[in-house]
Amino acid sequence: MNIAIIKYNAGNIRSVSFALERLGYKPIITGDHDTIRKADKVIFPGVGEASTTMAFLKQNGLHELIPSLTQPVLGICLGLQLMCKYSEEGDTECLGIFNAPVKKFIPLKDVSPKQKIPHMGWNNLTHVKSPLFNPELEGEFVYFVHSYYVPTGAETIAQANYIHPFSAALQKDNFFATQFHPEKSGSVGEQILKNFLSLK
Amino acid sequence: MLSKRIIPCLDIRNGKTVKGVKFLDIKEVGDPVELGALYARQGADELVFLDITASHEKRKTFADLVLRIAQHINIPFTVGGGISELKDAEILLNAGADKISINSSAVRNPQLISDMAKHFGSQFVVVAIDAKQVEDDDWVVTVNGGRIPTEKRLFSWAREAEDRGAGEILFTSMDHDGVKKGFANEALARLSEELSIPIIASGGAGAKEHFKDVFTIGKADAGLAASIFHFNEIPIPELKDYLRSHNIPVR
Repeated sequence: MNIAIIKYNAGNIRSVSFALERLGYKPIITGDHDTIRKADKVIFPGVGEASTTMAFLKQNGLHELIPSLTQPVLGICLGLQLMCKYSEEGDTECLGIFNAPVKKFIPLKDVSPKQKIPHMGWNNLTHVKSPLFNPELEGEFVYFVHSYYVPTGAETIAQANYIHPFSAALQKDNFFATQFHPEKSGSVGEQILKNFLSLK
Repeated sequence: MLSKRIIPCLDIRNGKTVKGVKFLDIKEVGDPVELGALYARQGADELVFLDITASHEKRKTFADLVLRIAQHINIPFTVGGGISELKDAEILLNAGADKISINSSAVRNPQLISDMAKHFGSQFVVVAIDAKQVEDDDWVVTVNGGRIPTEKRLFSWAREAEDRGAGEILFTSMDHDGVKKGFANEALARLSEELSIPIIASGGAGAKEHFKDVFTIGKADAGLAASIFHFNEIPIPELKDYLRSHNIPVR
């Protein structure tokens, strides 16, 4: 199976690659349009800031390539957010694959202990559906690091709760995305990656 | 619900795991990658690897080790020790580290925190603070593994670190470290109330109760310890069962 991990100016893309290698695959980290288009699976990872990353995608034509892909695509963290319509981070127009906004977490006042931003650490998945999650994954913990979130909506395929419920994962057609980091989520994350890789 | 994190810390010297009691008497306890993978399987939530010889010796060994860790371990990990410029952090990022921890170098050059946060994002930058209590509410920040006191004070320095873009604070009480009588809960609770970023508590873990206390009284987001895990005094699954039975959310 050819797996392309989209290369761009984001941190720690290699973690995703290493996670796939642990599962026995040999992914390619690439920004080449042709290689990405021909891959069986595409992963769009991301750690970074929305507006600068979108600007980078535009410079490289990736903003047109990504929404046009027809094979299974998995966005991770900032990848998920950039696949949405608009992000409050840097007032950024995003790729518009998902019809959802990206908002900043606002901690509730006068709550003790204080609600910290970013939402960092292990939180459990609820309301899981879609082929990305087998039912046994309901309630399992995965690793999050983010200060912006997508509200729950029609495209939500898993929720988590921090301050309020939000989208832990989204799906529209062949486009899947997780707000958490499956590549850092232990055996649960490995199961989710395997589920993604077995999609047709 | 967001769970409280349990973080084993592995001190590394010449590519091997070591544990110093009060940062001095050092003995080897094993291969860091094997030990880290074991902790990950046991349910550790994150790992911290500190290169305690980094300031003095060549760093290449450590970067190679970080690459090996990233290849083999499926949970997040932080690396620290001797990181004093952007270039150091970039090498470790490229080797696969999820976060870096800076300590003495940030005290000497606070701008480093701002630069790191700007280049790599706040989520990548943990500011570690080693402090010693001099009076009730007065904690002096120390550098070089607790050996040198500085002009800085714990609470104001932690706030400055947050303002400059630190993603987390890792606070070690030098008075509690290695003593195994519990964490510095009062100071931790104050840090947690004054700051808006997660606080990792370090120094003093000797019993399961100490973790319960650090999450309830100390209001910490994560508890870090070394020797109790290395010598299997408190197995991680047992610690988590205990915390769960006391209604503390853990994975």
